[in-house]
Amino acid sequence: MTTVDSPEVAPQLSSPTRPMYWSIRREIWENRSIYAAPVVTACIMLFGVFISMFTLPHRISAAMGDPGKLHGVVEMPYDMTAGLILVTAFLVGVFYCLDALHGERRDRSILFWKSLPVSDRTTVLAKATIPLVVLPLFSYVLILVTQFIIVILYTIALLGHAQALEAFFSNLKFFQLSMALLYAFVVIALWHAPVYCWLLLVSGWAKRATFLWAVMPFLAIGVFTKIAFGSASFFTFLGNRLVGWFNKAFIAPQKGAPHLDPLAAMTPGTLLSTPSLWIGLLFAALFFAAAVRMRRYREPI
Amino acid sequence: MACIEARGLRKAFGSTIALDGVDLRVEEGRILGIIGPNGAGKSTALHAILGLTPYQGELKVLGRDPWSERDQLMRDVSFIADVAVMPRGMRVSQAIDYVDGVHPRFDRTKAEGFLAKTNIKPTSKVRELSKGMVTQLHLALVMAIDAKLLVLDEPTLGLDILYRKQFYDSLLNDYFDRSRTIVVTTHQVDEIQDVLTDVMFINQGRIVMECGMEEFESRYVEVMVRPENLAAARAYKPMHERQVFGRSILLFDQANRDELAALGDLRTPGIADLFVAVMGNHGGDQ
Repeated sequence: MTTVDSPEVAPQLSSPTRPMYWSIRREIWENRSIYAAPVVTACIMLFGVFISMFTLPHRISAAMGDPGKLHGVVEMPYDMTAGLILVTAFLVGVFYCLDALHGERRDRSILFWKSLPVSDRTTVLAKATIPLVVLPLFSYVLILVTQFIIVILYTIALLGHAQALEAFFSNLKFFQLSMALLYAFVVIALWHAPVYCWLLLVSGWAKRATFLWAVMPFLAIGVFTKIAFGSASFFTFLGNRLVGWFNKAFIAPQKGAPHLDPLAAMTPGTLLSTPSLWIGLLFAALFFAAAVRMRRYREPI
Repeated sequence: MACIEARGLRKAFGSTIALDGVDLRVEEGRILGIIGPNGAGKSTALHAILGLTPYQGELKVLGRDPWSERDQLMRDVSFIADVAVMPRGMRVSQAIDYVDGVHPRFDRTKAEGFLAKTNIKPTSKVRELSKGMVTQLHLALVMAIDAKLLVLDEPTLGLDILYRKQFYDSLLNDYFDRSRTIVVTTHQVDEIQDVLTDVMFINQGRIVMECGMEEFESRYVEVMVRPENLAAARAYKPMHERQVFGRSILLFDQANRDELAALGDLRTPGIADLFVAVMGNHGGDQ
């Protein structure tokens, strides 16, 4: 080696910018409910679990001998935690989207955001990323952490009850549950994408009362078709858009049937061959494009 | 290349015409003040220049079409609208992080240097700052951006006189050099008279007067006429006449200064006085 390069002193022309990354970060800075609300939900769940610790040994002993019942006792807190945090994340996502393009026009901060070299598409994409990626990922990790704490709490509760402890761990499929949950999060994000994109569009379009504009047209159509044609199919359609993913992505548990392993219950094939998944994604793309256009045209309210 | 070039710029909101065929050319290195009554079309013109609103006609800013290329244009253009636009939920340090993260021409050290001279704490939320401090923060961010064009739309609205004075002082001392261009609208016209290199009056979507400040000073003259000379002074056809403390002040456009000097004291009019005169004359043909 003859010479050693001196540390590069090349002039810093312009540091590389990452508009997408920073746009997502500033959404999280501005909307603390994105992480605060799920955490609060998890804490409430943990408090409930803490109280149930005292009756757990008794409940497990009582269910011993009935595999179905035992399974229910062991798995219930995990399913409840996952379900409740999922619902929280959904509600946070809904209200986040309704405000995402409306709030910045209301407080005129859109004039600040638009004075920076960030395109409307990047901005709206960052906003769509919150309910479609950030919230699900955060909720998923939060659920795993919460469930892990539950395992620890219940293990402590069952110390000294060797039989119950054994029954507890033989019925707990932590790994399978977490894999099935990850799959469920991906499915929900895809299934709900048109819902969130619709809310973003309304948020960019409506001058006020974003919630009413987002919801009322659907209720009106539903009621109208019910009265005029006696058909509830529109309400079925709406319900399907909210919770229909479950029956497509999983084999629904049957009453009385033996409990399926969570991984064996997954049916991605059925899901991917469901037309309404793809039609939904198509609408999501249309709503998204329209929301970008709204961001471009709309001025402060 | 002109910094801003517009030809036949038009914009209507329903039946209200905000811009009615504006032709405009702003050269590099100028500080242009756009003066006009409320609803004259000032903000609409600025919004068109910034790519915030669609328009008809031709408009080029730094050689780009603002409406279709806003995000690229904003690498070279900075904008301060009235004080309320900083996002209120963010902390000062987060605002700096964000601009640093998305703007290739932002100098973080510079911004922190400007802020160090104020009472603004990096951990404060924008909503906790006073109006004047929010403007200081916004100005610190903007001055740390190496932009070619700075657009100010009523930047000192609602601020007390100390903050207003400070605002323009730091703008001139720490920011402006001959390679930058500044376009500003304000109602506090006389405060920026010494700052401007050019002035433009706009009314009902049209430019009613434009000139450089050197021309302004040589062209317009105000005479505080002694009462006995009033008739003689009026013979020179003033464009405007007003009374202050019982004395008449007549405003002339391109009049003979030597002859007028015999009738009273001469002085350069304030932009606001000329504005009133010009608007008064244009008021009749609505």
